[in-house]
Amino acid sequence: MTGPLLDGHLVVDRAGFRLDVRLRVAAGEVVALLGPNGAGKTTALRTLAGLHPLTAGWLRLDGVELDRPATRSFVRPERRPVGVVFQDYLLFPHLTARDNVAFGPRRQGLPRRAARERATDWLGRVGLTAHAGRRPRQLSGGQAQRVALARALAVQPTLLLLDEPLAALDARTRLDTRAHLHRHLTDHAGAAVLVTHDPLDALALADRLVIVEDGRVVQEGDAGTVTTRPRTDYVARLVGLNLHRGRAEGRLVHLADGCAVPTTDRLDGDAFVVFPPTAVTLHPERPAGDAPHTWPATVAGVHRHGDHLRVQLTGPVSTVADVTPVVAAGLRLLPGQQIWATVAADATRAYPVDH
Amino acid sequence: MTAPARRRGTGQRVPVALLVPAALGVLFLVLPLGGLLLRTPWTSLAPRLTAPGVLTALRLSVQCATLATLLCLALGVPLAWLLARVEFPGRRWVRALVTVPLVLPPVVGGVALLLVFGRRGPVGGWLDATFGVTLPFTTTGVVLAEAFVAMPFLIIAVEGALRGADHRYEEAAATLGAGRWTTFTRITLPLVAPGVAAGAVLCWARALGEFGATITFAGNYPGRTQTMPLAVYLALETDVEAAVVLSLVLLTVSVLILAGLRDRWITGP
Amino acid sequence: MTHPAAGPASLPRHATAGPADSPPTAGPTAGPTDTGPTDTNPSAGTAGAGGTGPAVRLHRLGGGAVGRRVRTVVGLLATAALALAGCGVDRTGPAGDGGPTGTVTVFAAASLTESFTALGRRFEADHPGSTVTFNFAGSSALATQITQGAPADVFASAAPRNMATVTDAGHAAGTPTVFARNQLVIAVPEGNPQRLAGLADLARPGLKVALCATQVPCGAAATTALDAAGVRVTPVTLEQDVKGALAKVKLGEVDAALVYRTDARAADREIDGIDFPEATRAVNDYPIVVLADAPNPTAARAFVALVRSAAGRTVLTDAGFQPLSGP
Repeated sequence: MTGPLLDGHLVVDRAGFRLDVRLRVAAGEVVALLGPNGAGKTTALRTLAGLHPLTAGWLRLDGVELDRPATRSFVRPERRPVGVVFQDYLLFPHLTARDNVAFGPRRQGLPRRAARERATDWLGRVGLTAHAGRRPRQLSGGQAQRVALARALAVQPTLLLLDEPLAALDARTRLDTRAHLHRHLTDHAGAAVLVTHDPLDALALADRLVIVEDGRVVQEGDAGTVTTRPRTDYVARLVGLNLHRGRAEGRLVHLADGCAVPTTDRLDGDAFVVFPPTAVTLHPERPAGDAPHTWPATVAGVHRHGDHLRVQLTGPVSTVADVTPVVAAGLRLLPGQQIWATVAADATRAYPVDH
Repeated sequence: MTAPARRRGTGQRVPVALLVPAALGVLFLVLPLGGLLLRTPWTSLAPRLTAPGVLTALRLSVQCATLATLLCLALGVPLAWLLARVEFPGRRWVRALVTVPLVLPPVVGGVALLLVFGRRGPVGGWLDATFGVTLPFTTTGVVLAEAFVAMPFLIIAVEGALRGADHRYEEAAATLGAGRWTTFTRITLPLVAPGVAAGAVLCWARALGEFGATITFAGNYPGRTQTMPLAVYLALETDVEAAVVLSLVLLTVSVLILAGLRDRWITGP
Repeated sequence: MTHPAAGPASLPRHATAGPADSPPTAGPTAGPTDTGPTDTNPSAGTAGAGGTGPAVRLHRLGGGAVGRRVRTVVGLLATAALALAGCGVDRTGPAGDGGPTGTVTVFAAASLTESFTALGRRFEADHPGSTVTFNFAGSSALATQITQGAPADVFASAAPRNMATVTDAGHAAGTPTVFARNQLVIAVPEGNPQRLAGLADLARPGLKVALCATQVPCGAAATTALDAAGVRVTPVTLEQDVKGALAKVKLGEVDAALVYRTDARAADREIDGIDFPEATRAVNDYPIVVLADAPNPTAARAFVALVRSAAGRTVLTDAGFQPLSGP
């Protein structure tokens, strides 16, 4: 089999919103659709499951055409080799954990007994053998999440879909469940698509990230590429970097109003430059040696960020700086205060706007 | 119930603006029943209860109301599903039309039934000519008349339950390979079971007390079409005390059954 | 609304009650007392047709506290119903002509609706200033209303049994008299498609027959007639009243029903009534009486007289009754 297992161009037109996402997922690959709320991630996932028809484009899975409006071909959700873990799991409240998991195998034609055996097996794999007889409301959040995973995997889907699978969990459970989910995703032979707005989930679980904003893919790549070379403010914020766009000339990226950021990368033309907030140094007075990579700024706000203080700066270059409390005390940072900012060249990274 | 709980339950926190009308509501509904009890000839109760026609009418009432409820379930639940889940042109009109028996005087309903299912009616005439089946003046006729009047109660209750139910469970079932029918029987129905039960109970109660449509469509014949309300009405012509006793029997049986079902079904999870 | 100023009861009361037969104390304050002078003082009764009637009656009925309260409620409801029905009626009449004036309230069996309505119009024409108000219903319901204190002047029942309920409770002034008879006919669809000739034909296999339930007068009469003829009929339904039985014939659901001749005649177009000899064995007597608590006994007696007059007999005959002249 050559080419991706899942190949789709997902187009959905709704009043005031258009989803247009090109998506390819290889067998064994986990792709995260990452984006802010309302970006269209869940709609994309629903088109994959067949719960929402495409307006245009196509969707092919394992060589089978599931949806192509142009030829009026559409495979109903119950006929797709797809398993879904829903955001709040949607475990059937009137069925036990085992019967929830056995529901899919039964529909695939397995006799009652065989279906229950498979369910028991899957509950064992997610570590819930002892909870097989419980109803969903007798399960904790983490347990319910695992039952939902077992239920989705018990139909042996070619495509596994997960919609914010960890969003409903508290922080502690989330950590455990994420590790557990990672193990099962690694074992899954088919394709998997994960929808999340949490970069940590995406980074921990996915092989590849597809960033969706306003219904469009704004960036995609493996975790390393996306985190080190963000291309939109949203991604930069997600990974905690200052992102600016400017014009590179050698080892300098020129930003607005004659300001510039030094970099160790040698580059020419339109470029992005990123640097962590900790790389920004603040000075009460303009530093000596009038370098172009020093720029004036106004303190817009100061708040705690871990063991640092995070300083919001406005001016020709709006950016964020993290300073230690000692430094902050020396600077007497107050909103509205005029200061000067510099950034160390070895902490910045520049890369071209065009791929 | 423990004493502190009781104190909390009836205490000052219930606003008077709600308590007073609520108490008046209870009085308004319960006092007439008390009136029946006041007029009950307790000394002659036993012989009146064992009078020949009473048990027959009671049995017939319970049987017909139950059959009518089953008929309403068989037709009304799918109809409610259709109204709640499927967009189709004229849905508003269908919904309005199926609730018409709620406002139609039952006697008019009975006449309407006669005009369709009677000897000269298009359906009744065809049934008679083809199968030799007649519906008026039969127990089947009683069941039909009661179902006609009671079905809207079921439809409204079930449609409300379906609208309140999270239809994403049905989507989840679909992604697990369940077709629409399987989803309906395995997921949707169990999820709305409390609503269906409430509707069935309402439907049954309404059918049990049905009078106008029954006597118009099915007539009145002891053992075949004379249900308790008909017996009560006729007893009222001659013997008020007998009517009171019969009413009391009907009330007792229905309250017992409704209370029993309520605990088991309606106040579920 | 012929007389807008006639709203308050005190105004017409003084206008009607002449100085000779009504002491000034019989006005609004003295009227409703425990001793209840209204039935001994005809003119006061005439004047007292206002809303105070039930309160007087209430005290006289006595009984347990609960029974009294129940009667109060029933009486008030009946009064309210009549007040609504008689809204705007001018209760005064020309003073001093000696004839019946004011409102006379007649409780009459439903089968008398057409004939009594005609007689009521005639009464009002004969006695200017008088108004006849009717309450048509089943005789048993009327008897219950009267014994529970509803204000009425005349009661005309379709059966002696319901009349007995009223007289036994002491609500009748004098002895009831039978003014008309009704008898059964076989009601068949127009043209008599089944060619029925007499009671014996009702036993024909496959024939669908509706009778009244034995608890109601027409059912009791049917049983008597069938027994007299020695005919065994298995009806498909025992209807709660004549109208129900007749409706089943009209709708074609039954082939025949035993109903009163008056009812068959009222439905003349679609229904043919077949007389049969045994009907004379099961006649239904219609008694009429002036009530003891009649607010307007003068007019009540005048109305009863009209029913029993030659003119009354004509109207009743037209309706299908067999009128009986007074002694």
